[in-house]
Amino acid sequence: MIGTGIAKGLVLTAKNLLSTYTDKERLPTIEYPDEKQPLPEASRQFPMLIFDGEDEMKGLRCTACQICEKECPPKCIYIVKSKDKRVDYKGQNQFYPAIFDIDYSVCMSCQICVEVCPFESIKMNTEFELATPDRFGGLLVHKQQLAKSNAHYQKIHPTEAAASDAAMAVEKAKAEAKAKADAEAKAKAAAAKAAPMPSASPEASPETPKPAVAAPKMPM
Amino acid sequence: MTLAFAILAGLTVGAAIAAMTLRNLVHCSLCATVSLVGLALLYLNLGAEFAAFVQILVYVGAVAILIVFAVLLTRSGEAPAGRVSYGLWTGLGVALAVFGTLAWAIGGSSALKALPKDSAVPALPVKDVGDKLVGDFVLPLQVIALLLTAAMLGAIVIAMREAKGNPQPATRNPQ
Amino acid sequence: MASLDQIFVTLKAWVLGLLPETVQPFAGVMISISAIMAVFPGIFALTTVVERKLLGRFQNRPGPNRVGIPLTKIRLAGFGQFIADGIKSLTKEDVVPRNADKVVHFIAPFVLVVPSFLALSVLPVGRNMAALNFTETGLLFFFAIGAATEISVFMAGWSSRNKYSLLGAMRGIAQMLSYEIPLILSSLTVVMMVGSLSLVTIVEKQTAVQWGVFHNWHVFTPWGFAGFLLFLTAACAEANRTPFDLPEAESELIAGYFTEYSGFKFALFFLGEYLGMFAISGVAITLFLGGWSAPFTFLDWVPSWLWFFGKLVGFILFFIWLRGTLPRLKVDQLMNLAWKFMLPMCLINLVVAGVWHYTADWNDLIRWPLGAALLALPYWIFSRRFESRFQTRTYRYAS
Repeated sequence: MIGTGIAKGLVLTAKNLLSTYTDKERLPTIEYPDEKQPLPEASRQFPMLIFDGEDEMKGLRCTACQICEKECPPKCIYIVKSKDKRVDYKGQNQFYPAIFDIDYSVCMSCQICVEVCPFESIKMNTEFELATPDRFGGLLVHKQQLAKSNAHYQKIHPTEAAASDAAMAVEKAKAEAKAKADAEAKAKAAAAKAAPMPSASPEASPETPKPAVAAPKMPM
Repeated sequence: MTLAFAILAGLTVGAAIAAMTLRNLVHCSLCATVSLVGLALLYLNLGAEFAAFVQILVYVGAVAILIVFAVLLTRSGEAPAGRVSYGLWTGLGVALAVFGTLAWAIGGSSALKALPKDSAVPALPVKDVGDKLVGDFVLPLQVIALLLTAAMLGAIVIAMREAKGNPQPATRNPQ
Repeated sequence: MASLDQIFVTLKAWVLGLLPETVQPFAGVMISISAIMAVFPGIFALTTVVERKLLGRFQNRPGPNRVGIPLTKIRLAGFGQFIADGIKSLTKEDVVPRNADKVVHFIAPFVLVVPSFLALSVLPVGRNMAALNFTETGLLFFFAIGAATEISVFMAGWSSRNKYSLLGAMRGIAQMLSYEIPLILSSLTVVMMVGSLSLVTIVEKQTAVQWGVFHNWHVFTPWGFAGFLLFLTAACAEANRTPFDLPEAESELIAGYFTEYSGFKFALFFLGEYLGMFAISGVAITLFLGGWSAPFTFLDWVPSWLWFFGKLVGFILFFIWLRGTLPRLKVDQLMNLAWKFMLPMCLINLVVAGVWHYTADWNDLIRWPLGAALLALPYWIFSRRFESRFQTRTYRYAS
């Protein structure tokens, strides 16, 4: 009969209307910017540089090796090496970047720079509210804005940060082991050199026993 | 001759003149509609509410739309080139003759002399109109109904014949 | 409570008493006009917001909920949206196409709005509260004014010199003309039973008490109920509301006959359309739902104008509900519905009303089922005929 379909439709719509007030799922609108949609963990927007510890500039992991600059497909990274060196987490003297610029308007978030970095220093950030009215230089970010702490990285990408920290710990352990092995080898060599000294030929006597090379302090 | 009557009469006559003299055909039909509305307002001025509203309902609501549809469906309604001036004097003569005849007939009729001037004429109740229609005048009513039905059937027959002349459209359910 | 009921009448009489004798008729007219022009556009403004919010909720989204009081942070759940809309339509650039017929293009919105306001003036909004009381021809005035709005549709569509506008105007006029006949015929039953064309008399007849508790609304009779449904459908079509909004179908004709209108003129069209909807709802309330009277005698203490506006709000909400539910009718389905279904049902309704009148002294328990059966049988037969055309479609998908 004419009218039954209309009546059924009206009942359905009325139920839908009332359920938007009672059921949370029936009103799936996320009222941005008051509410934000939860992003998945692996979401990425633009790169950032990680620093350890409190001081941005001293703790920056980047050693200005310029691999990411060479691998970046749209060539949006610009690095200038420093003239001097400083010590990194493994205890080795490394350069650091004097200038590190990324042009966010060119970056295509391909994450190749992250994949090739050997020092776990450039990672992907999730901040996307970067709109600026300056069309020409507004999206060119420098070292100061790029530097984000390790704590921030652990907050936004927990699994990745855990893996990165684990890799760095492994590296550090290897470096320490190597340094210890080196020290032991040197000590053995020194001892070996010192021991056969009395029975050695008079040519070896003028050699003074070398002191054991002390393991350098880790800058932690 | 009150101010209200003067304004309404001016509106009606002015719209009628505009309907005759305008170039654009649709403008002419719209001005004709305005003059019909003016007539209805004149009826209202005289206190004949029923006549006034039936005039609007029938003329403005149906006849004017019919004219407009006819104009649109038969020609584009653009202004014709050049002025249509042949037969102007003949037309004027005919119009004056008709006007003179009507004025003499109405002016010399007994109804005009019997009507009291400027007094409160009792408004005709609509009920009386209805009573007369189905009482005294039921035969003319039915004849008019038959006429209208015949006109409608004729229109349907013409439309159907034209549709039969065209190739048949695809059936509703091809399966 | 009678004083609250008549508060506007006494207010007007008091104001008129303050003025000199010669100015009083003129002032009385101006007061009525300003009351109508204040109340109904106010309802229109609220209706636009409520419609957007309700339609949003029907479609699982919140609707506008940001604009509250302008220049503050108070949100008011979005009910200040009509202020923003009003400012927008007033300050938008008024674009008139170069080839458009300027005079007709300019006048068309006014030809729509003025009859809508005129139609609102005959509604008996409360006891003794009809601005215009034509004792002989109230309802006829309403239908005459309704017919006058069709001219504006044509003027708008033709003057834009846009083939889509013209198509929309033609379809709009055809629809409005076709649905005027069921509209008038279904109201004719009420006129038959009441014996008068005056809207005030029709409402007063419905205040008679029946069975001790009910007021004698026409919708409680079989012919009144069928007439109400028919009138409602025809009213929906006359007001160009979904499911009959083909003339302004947004997905097909952009905006139909008011495509080429922007800014204030569009706002006037919008206003005129909604006012037409209010007016025709008001007449439906007056004819079938007892106007300003309460349904039960124990609710008589509520002021009459409150009842009328409450019923009007109910109608508005129902129209919004229909809009959120039903798809649009195609133009041939529309025409078929008007001429092949509603017109015969209206004529049968007239017969049933006559039967009801002549069996006035029978028991109500016999009359009501008899009337209902006399209406339900043709309804069922017509429905079968209509349904036989809508066979279930079978789809074949690529496998």
